[in-house]
Amino acid sequence: MSAGRLSFWQAASVIARRDFTAVLFSRSFLLFLLGPLFPLIVGALAGGVSSRVATTADQAHIGVAMVATDADAMLAAHGRLAPQLGTGLPDMVILRQLKPGESYDPHAALSDGNAGLGAVLTGTLDAPVLTGTADRIGRWQGPVSFLAGNASAAAGPHYPQVTLSGTKSSSAQRHANRLLTAQAAQTLLFLLIMLLAGMVLSNLVEEKTNKIIEILASAIPMDAVFFGKLFAMLGVSLVGIAAWGAVGGAIVLLAGHALPALPEPAVGWPIFFALGTIYFAMGYLLLGALFLTIGSMASTVREVQTLSMPVTMMQLLVFFFASYAMAQPGSTIEWLAVIFPPSSPFAMLARAAQENGLWQHVIAVGWQGLAVALFVKAGAGLFRKRVMQSGPAPRKAAGRGLLARLKQSRA
Amino acid sequence: MQMAPIHPLRADKMLRPLAIEARGLVKRFDGTLAVNGVDLEVPEGAIYGILGPNGAGKTTTLRMLLGIIDPDEGVRRLLGHDHPQDIARWIGYLPEERGLYPSMKAVDAIAFMGSLRGLPLAEGRRKGLELLEQNGLGHAAQRTIRQLSKGMAQQVQLLGALVHDPRLVVLDEPFSGLDAINQGKLESMIRALAARGTTVIFSTHVIAHAERMCEGVAIIAGGKVSFAGRVDEARDRIRPQVRLETRADDGAWRTALPDDARHEGQFWYFSLPESGIEPLLRALIDLDAGILSLSIERAGLHDAFVAIAGEAVARALEAETELENAA
Repeated sequence: MSAGRLSFWQAASVIARRDFTAVLFSRSFLLFLLGPLFPLIVGALAGGVSSRVATTADQAHIGVAMVATDADAMLAAHGRLAPQLGTGLPDMVILRQLKPGESYDPHAALSDGNAGLGAVLTGTLDAPVLTGTADRIGRWQGPVSFLAGNASAAAGPHYPQVTLSGTKSSSAQRHANRLLTAQAAQTLLFLLIMLLAGMVLSNLVEEKTNKIIEILASAIPMDAVFFGKLFAMLGVSLVGIAAWGAVGGAIVLLAGHALPALPEPAVGWPIFFALGTIYFAMGYLLLGALFLTIGSMASTVREVQTLSMPVTMMQLLVFFFASYAMAQPGSTIEWLAVIFPPSSPFAMLARAAQENGLWQHVIAVGWQGLAVALFVKAGAGLFRKRVMQSGPAPRKAAGRGLLARLKQSRA
Repeated sequence: MQMAPIHPLRADKMLRPLAIEARGLVKRFDGTLAVNGVDLEVPEGAIYGILGPNGAGKTTTLRMLLGIIDPDEGVRRLLGHDHPQDIARWIGYLPEERGLYPSMKAVDAIAFMGSLRGLPLAEGRRKGLELLEQNGLGHAAQRTIRQLSKGMAQQVQLLGALVHDPRLVVLDEPFSGLDAINQGKLESMIRALAARGTTVIFSTHVIAHAERMCEGVAIIAGGKVSFAGRVDEARDRIRPQVRLETRADDGAWRTALPDDARHEGQFWYFSLPESGIEPLLRALIDLDAGILSLSIERAGLHDAFVAIAGEAVARALEAETELENAA
């Protein structure tokens, strides 16, 4: 503290501490936390069911391309052992019975668009080669070795080493996959921000309803009040996200393979999560500053709701803009989305999914932080100018609400 | 920045530094002039009243002094500082719109208000408990604000404005909404603060409060200061009133009475002549007026207010006071 007052950040922390504890220990926050859990629980139950469905529906089979005797022996072994091994053994179909010395390209077969083809078995019974996506050939390596061992005419079962040949994805495929991650991350970011930033909207209305705003405004700068409130709500949001994340994690563990695994982002998962958290904070603070300004202008919750609708729609447009820009990396549109503060967190998170390089995120976070400071400054200035402009509300006798004020102005 | 003295409020006591100096404060809201050139000087340790009807510009003036809003024109200085929020630690403020967080305990509310002005929370709680005990509210310390009566909550808020031992206390309509007992308590509290050297400035539309308590007053009407100075000086703006009772209602002695003499009931009333009472008395005796009684009454602040701000403003002020009393 300087000689006569709190520093800006001390003042902001006084507000943040009060708001954070007041919200966190209120009953309504518990309800707020539980709200989104209901759809998640329903989702988990549905996930459990769909997991079974998915297991049943996964009818991918192994295509066999071997010399005729080996191919027939494999199918015969499969027929003998299938009743005992059940679903652990994939179905097998003969793709081609090769003549001795004939070669076969399993990659071409896999890219032919045969929907049910999960992997291709080539080679011989003593040296089988399994070609396919990494997860499938990894899973089927054991059963194939077992079948080949049983199909072999050699005395007594022996289980040959299965050579695995993973299908490689192209750079275009990789880009398409990362786009999927970017899209999923953007959507999650948008949903979280919209869900949680709403709390900020009515925050200053509480102060005005409790008529405590003037005490705050007389003691500390309004910018510090705004910042304190924003960071308190951000803290509350992070608590909410942590709670939902824990439940979500449990659901992922329960649902297992029923939930699709997203392709790894360009910067890797740990950094991507860190950037996601930072961009959530920046997006939250940017929208929160806007909501706080709107909330400070309104005197009732109804007014807040009316005023917030256009902002929500604008935020939706910003999200669509960022989503559109994401698909065109390096274009002018994408750069605009990166520079425009409200869309910047969304655009940059998409970039993190698609491109390496951390320096751009450092610059973007700095820029977004500056925008937050400017938004808050402008909001606080507007508040001081517009809201603290008169004495107490007029006595009821002098006019009841908008209608009375209208009548008075006509008279 | 140096400001030349604008008013003789401190001329006699003086040499006391000024707690508040304001010069030419102007504030417009959407083009409407809310405050129009307010000048104030309040010496340290004084109890000072800002007197005026609702809408006169009292609250806006106080808000400008505190830095809650900035003046469009003019300058203000509190405790020697141009930026009031730089010395928030030394100022206590009770706004007209009373407000506290309903779910906060009384002692926490006091501590929170202290923390806004730099008092550590733990110390704020300790001092808050002390203040509550001293003011007979110890039993309410752990109750939430929503569990307190309006009067008690108002006292809690006042204690919150004082918990950090401010050097300057600004109270906007502090008596508003209090019953007679609590008004008396508040008066005592304000006097105790001033006795400790704290400067207290409060706005009010009740002339009696200002007259009883204030060393100086500023009379504001229509956004302008009509008068600023000592209460005595305001009262001296009107000549003392003479009340005369005679044996007979009429006679030659009547020619000795001043032109403004009026007869009400059994008395004659008129302003004390500039030449003093002695020549008049001599003339009345010489003309055989048969004087039964004669008294000289100094004008009250109310009369001074009427003379300074005008009859219409005074009536508006009286109407507000009556309305509040009725409520």
